[in-house]
Amino acid sequence: MKPIEARDVVLSFGETPALRGASVSVAPGEIVAIMGPSGSGKSTLLHCLAGILAPDAGEIHFDGRRIDNLTETERSLLRRQQFGFVFQFGQLVPELTAEENVALPLLLNGVKRAAALKQARPWFARLGLAGLERRRSGELSGGQAQRVALARGLVARPGALFADEPTGALDSLTGEQVMDLLVASAREQGTTVVLVTHDARVAAYADRQVIVRDGKVNALVRS
Amino acid sequence: MTLLGLLEREPSHGYDLKRDYDTFFSRGKPLPFGQVYATLSRLVRDGKIVVGEVEPGVGPERKRYVITERGATDVESWLTEPVDAEPNLQTVLFTKVVLALMLGRPAEEYLDTQRATHLRRMTELTEIKRGGNLVDTMLADHGLFHLEADLHWIDTTVARLDALRETVAGR
Repeated sequence: MKPIEARDVVLSFGETPALRGASVSVAPGEIVAIMGPSGSGKSTLLHCLAGILAPDAGEIHFDGRRIDNLTETERSLLRRQQFGFVFQFGQLVPELTAEENVALPLLLNGVKRAAALKQARPWFARLGLAGLERRRSGELSGGQAQRVALARGLVARPGALFADEPTGALDSLTGEQVMDLLVASAREQGTTVVLVTHDARVAAYADRQVIVRDGKVNALVRS
Repeated sequence: MTLLGLLEREPSHGYDLKRDYDTFFSRGKPLPFGQVYATLSRLVRDGKIVVGEVEPGVGPERKRYVITERGATDVESWLTEPVDAEPNLQTVLFTKVVLALMLGRPAEEYLDTQRATHLRRMTELTEIKRGGNLVDTMLADHGLFHLEADLHWIDTTVARLDALRETVAGR
């Protein structure tokens, strides 16, 4: 279980400010949903927390280590070894089978193919995908593909899982199944989760919700 | 509470209160004069307003009503406290927002607090769904969809607050 913290993060794209002093803390093992209107900076904040983007100012800490000032190579290594990702679209490699897709993070971290596939396979039963191991992404429904992506995000037991609109391309009921599995798996593994969504019913699966507005974070006070 | 809130803005006659209520809150269902004066009498009895200077002439419309500290405290508490996150709250939320803008209060903060209350309830209902049977799930879903509709309204209203503030100020 590893904590994440952003302190006064500022980031602009050219002349356009995206984050204007955003701060947020995520406790170890906590599931936090970042909400906000379109263009508010919520995805940019997630990308900064996940070491995909480096902020212009401010600090990002993961598990007590400052990560905003790492080099691109160091950030890339951190993402591969410590973080899992689930995005909205097009994340499975179409040439690979479903089980190879799930095993991919392990293969990239140097685990031998047989061992990686062995570690990947139990996820299929766990996520209701038994029998689909050899299918390619074009042979999976949207909900199945997203569950494969979830398995891939969690297979290496990352310290943190970052999910950007993970149910955005799914119908309501399928989206709920994916969220149910995401929450159950993350809790089982003790994985810290940061989730970006515009959908309040998806955000309600999180332990806590924060709102990003005009590049700043409004922590929602719980009454 | 709406009439009391209007009095917090400025001392008013019953007639002016009815006019402002009908303009902003009644939505095609004007408040009967009888109800205005019955409410004002009750508020006087409860010490939340007092009758100020009585202008020359006859008839109840000559009385000017003034809010007391107790009344102002009631308005403040009502605006600040989020309502329970139950479905179909649009009328109450709408009244709170318009009154808050009239009184120069932080309507956006109230809406943020309300959003947090709604999300907390949605989280509770989602937990019920995750651990429950199909009947629990369907009942929780009903609440969730209605609360979600409220949240859409809250978000849109936040985006329109500046325009609404001008509308309310230009009454």
